[in-house]
Amino acid sequence: MMAWVFGSLLFWAAAWALNVRLSRLSAPWVRFFVPALFGMTVIIVWEGMVRGFGVNPVLLPAPSAIAATFVGEIPTLWGDLVQTFFKGALSGYVIGCTAGVLTAIAVDRSPFLQRGLLPVGNFVAALPIVGMAPILVMWFGFGWQSKAAVVVVMVFFPMLVNAVEGLRASETMQRDLMHTYAATPGQGLRKLRLPAAMPFIFNGLKICTTLALIGAIVAEFFGSPIKGMGFRISTEVGRLALDMVWAEIVVAAIVGSAFYGAVALAERVITFWHPSQRG
Amino acid sequence: MNNETIPQVDPPKAVVEARGLDLTFQTKDSPIQALKDVSLTIEQGDFVSFIGPSGCGKTTFLRCIAALEQPTGGNLTVNGMTPDEARRSRAYGYVFQAAGLYPWRTIAKNIKLPLEIMGYSRADQDERVKKVLQLVDLEGFGGKFPWQLSGGMQQRASIARALAFDADILLMDEPFGALDEIVRDHLNEQLLKLWERTNKTIAFVTHSIPEAVYLSTRIVVMSPRPGRITDVIESPLPKERPLDIRDTPEFLEVAHRVREGLRAGHAYDD
Repeated sequence: MMAWVFGSLLFWAAAWALNVRLSRLSAPWVRFFVPALFGMTVIIVWEGMVRGFGVNPVLLPAPSAIAATFVGEIPTLWGDLVQTFFKGALSGYVIGCTAGVLTAIAVDRSPFLQRGLLPVGNFVAALPIVGMAPILVMWFGFGWQSKAAVVVVMVFFPMLVNAVEGLRASETMQRDLMHTYAATPGQGLRKLRLPAAMPFIFNGLKICTTLALIGAIVAEFFGSPIKGMGFRISTEVGRLALDMVWAEIVVAAIVGSAFYGAVALAERVITFWHPSQRG
Repeated sequence: MNNETIPQVDPPKAVVEARGLDLTFQTKDSPIQALKDVSLTIEQGDFVSFIGPSGCGKTTFLRCIAALEQPTGGNLTVNGMTPDEARRSRAYGYVFQAAGLYPWRTIAKNIKLPLEIMGYSRADQDERVKKVLQLVDLEGFGGKFPWQLSGGMQQRASIARALAFDADILLMDEPFGALDEIVRDHLNEQLLKLWERTNKTIAFVTHSIPEAVYLSTRIVVMSPRPGRITDVIESPLPKERPLDIRDTPEFLEVAHRVREGLRAGHAYDD
């Protein structure tokens, strides 16, 4: 049994020594290999400790057990993913972020809305999600629509604030220039204000990716059909099937990172001109 | 010089006409009088420089012509219209202190910006971009982004942008202020050639006496608190001006008069 503990510690020491050496190199693959090796070490030490000390799988299942559950339950996990992420989180994200940007444009055009709407948005943002979620589930039913509604509530305000800030980001001189061209407000928006706002809008979009996933998962705790990542986590905890809970967490981590990465990639392409992206 | 023998068919047309112009900014502490009783006529084809210390209202006057500021008193017409009507009829191009190019657009696309807004056709846009890039000596840089060019090249691109559409007035607010001496000389020379070729009316704000004297047909000396015109100097220099004209006695005499005007108008009370 102790062989697992010592073996994993030995691997840790070896990997550490290797990483120290590798980090001195400047080859491009090192940038990916060093963190990969670190992640592998965490998993192997985890596995070794759980096996070596015989940790109760309810407290902490071994990575191998989680992997086995993951592979064995792929159809279930996929169904949960579609339900929670593609239906709930993604549609709520698109609706909430679009609404945030459109509202920001309206707020930007009208001082009346700026004074009236921003405080209300602030107020809504201050509402606790665990309080709002059951109410929205009551209103919109157990299906993914109520999860999308929770996500909309969560992402709307951060998106609004960032977009309002962004629409103010163009310089006075650039706006004066549009004025000397006798540009219409619409032209000013399309050709100056929106492009100048893009770095801020993407900031909001990136923050909202994680909010959307959290919102959709948490909302399922308050009622959902018999699928969905949040539903699965809450029921499998009840059945002490922690390996399944961990498998869902792995899915959430992968999808969340991929979602964030996709938005960050779009940012690189669209705001290539911004000093932070020129590299 | 046989210019005098050519009969003048049309009397020179007043492009900008200011009569007793006043402008007072309301600030939190106290009202600031930026312009006081400014009267000036700029004629078709003039190259007028405005020179004076900070706060003398030279930029403010230029912004009034561009309808970026509203005078609080007096009368100002541009091409016989109010400044705002002139702005709507796209009567002028404005070059700011900084290039102000949009970083998400290439140089060519930046120059196209006013053309897109004013609804020029695609083919016309391309042709004009090509022409003005040639005028400011930036051929081959149309595909570059502003941040890939030097400050001098960016400023030239911003001038090209102001030249791309058919405005016969060019308003320039210290366009070369942030550039080093060598680049500045070069751009001054190019600007004069450009003015000759295009026959535009140019109003040019500057801090630099040699620049004002080298470029202008008329030099307007202004002084601060309140901003007003203290002297208007007609330049005796010929239209053809190589850079070394700056070492001639005539040039130095004009420069001297400008300096005297600046000194007289500047109260050293602070």
